[in-house]
Amino acid sequence: MFDWIQNFADWLIYSVFDIGADTHLGTALNFFIYDTIKILILLFLIVFLMGILNAYLPVEKLKDFLHRKKLYGLEYFFASVFGAITPFCSCSSVPLFIGFVQGGIPLGVTFSFLITSPLVNEVAIAMFIGMFGLKATLIYVGSGILLGTIGGWILGKFNLEEWLSEWVKKILGSKMEQDGIDQEKQSFRQRLPEITQGALDIVKGVLIYVIIGIAIGAAMHGYVPENFFGEYLGGGQWWTVPVAVIFAVPMYANAAGIVPVIEVFVAKGVPLGTAIAFMMATVGLSIPEATLLKKVMSMRLIGTYFGVVTLFIILSGFLFNMLL
Amino acid sequence: MTQIKVLGPGCPKCKTTYNNVLEALKQTNAEAEVEKVEDIEQMMKYNVLTTPVLMINEKIKIKGRVAQVNEIIDLLKN
Repeated sequence: MFDWIQNFADWLIYSVFDIGADTHLGTALNFFIYDTIKILILLFLIVFLMGILNAYLPVEKLKDFLHRKKLYGLEYFFASVFGAITPFCSCSSVPLFIGFVQGGIPLGVTFSFLITSPLVNEVAIAMFIGMFGLKATLIYVGSGILLGTIGGWILGKFNLEEWLSEWVKKILGSKMEQDGIDQEKQSFRQRLPEITQGALDIVKGVLIYVIIGIAIGAAMHGYVPENFFGEYLGGGQWWTVPVAVIFAVPMYANAAGIVPVIEVFVAKGVPLGTAIAFMMATVGLSIPEATLLKKVMSMRLIGTYFGVVTLFIILSGFLFNMLL
Repeated sequence: MTQIKVLGPGCPKCKTTYNNVLEALKQTNAEAEVEKVEDIEQMMKYNVLTTPVLMINEKIKIKGRVAQVNEIIDLLKN
């Protein structure tokens, strides 16, 4: 499917610019051109498809579904899946959290949503397909959803209600029935320009991170010797997973920037599981997110939340390394 | 007078929406009372889940994404 991009990159670098295929610069530039074009196409496609899905399944509808249906324990799983298909914006996480809890959805189920929402997002999915292929993408998405399901369920067992901020507890006390959604119905045709525009906006928004990420990746591809990291961070040492994850938690990086870099780490010998765990910790948990959540949770609750998610990311890293 | 509110906890998307509202008003020479709602407790009264939200005369018009200038102009006409 992407042969033509490779042909184009070969032609541009080796023929037009006349940089040899056997030089470091040549391979690095070729990799950069090929990856940038491929990723941008995938990014637009995936974001566009997610946009269509979201036009039909807005988060309000998903919340109603979780609230009204009896799901016999499956609500954690559904909340986690919904978190995966809802586009994530860190500035929405607090209103979402309050809205869910206010709408009568248990705290644990809300956490399932909150964990998966940044962990599995459309930008990361597109980058993963482009860099690691479909199988690794499915494993990443599947384990992200599983992580949210189990993490939320466990957090729900902790009776965390009393660790919410005072004003949130007050809202909980006065659960009000909420009005329906006040929005005009639109046909698919009417929505299409809006969805296309939205997809373009997202691609534009992450463009700079994609280019920087791929540039760093390309430079490393050309200059770092084969199996360089494998010697130091190979699968043999079990501690590489927890170390990678603990380093990544406070960091915040856009999935668009981080995936091209970890792809090189993998190509040069780091086990894929360690790399996926590192990425999940980077995009899923961060200091800026903790700061936002401080408005609705006590430090103790944030600590428990981060602790449980970190633990599960580490466990899933071990699991990937065994499976892949 | 038309009342416009932009709801959002101060993220970049919310700021863009606010600026787009000002731009739309400027282009149409319309007058309106524009308010930025950044306080979460205030925001939750409107029962929103995703931000930014654009409200005109206490009605939610666009939520969860940045409202474009020409969209706002269209909404203000009605």
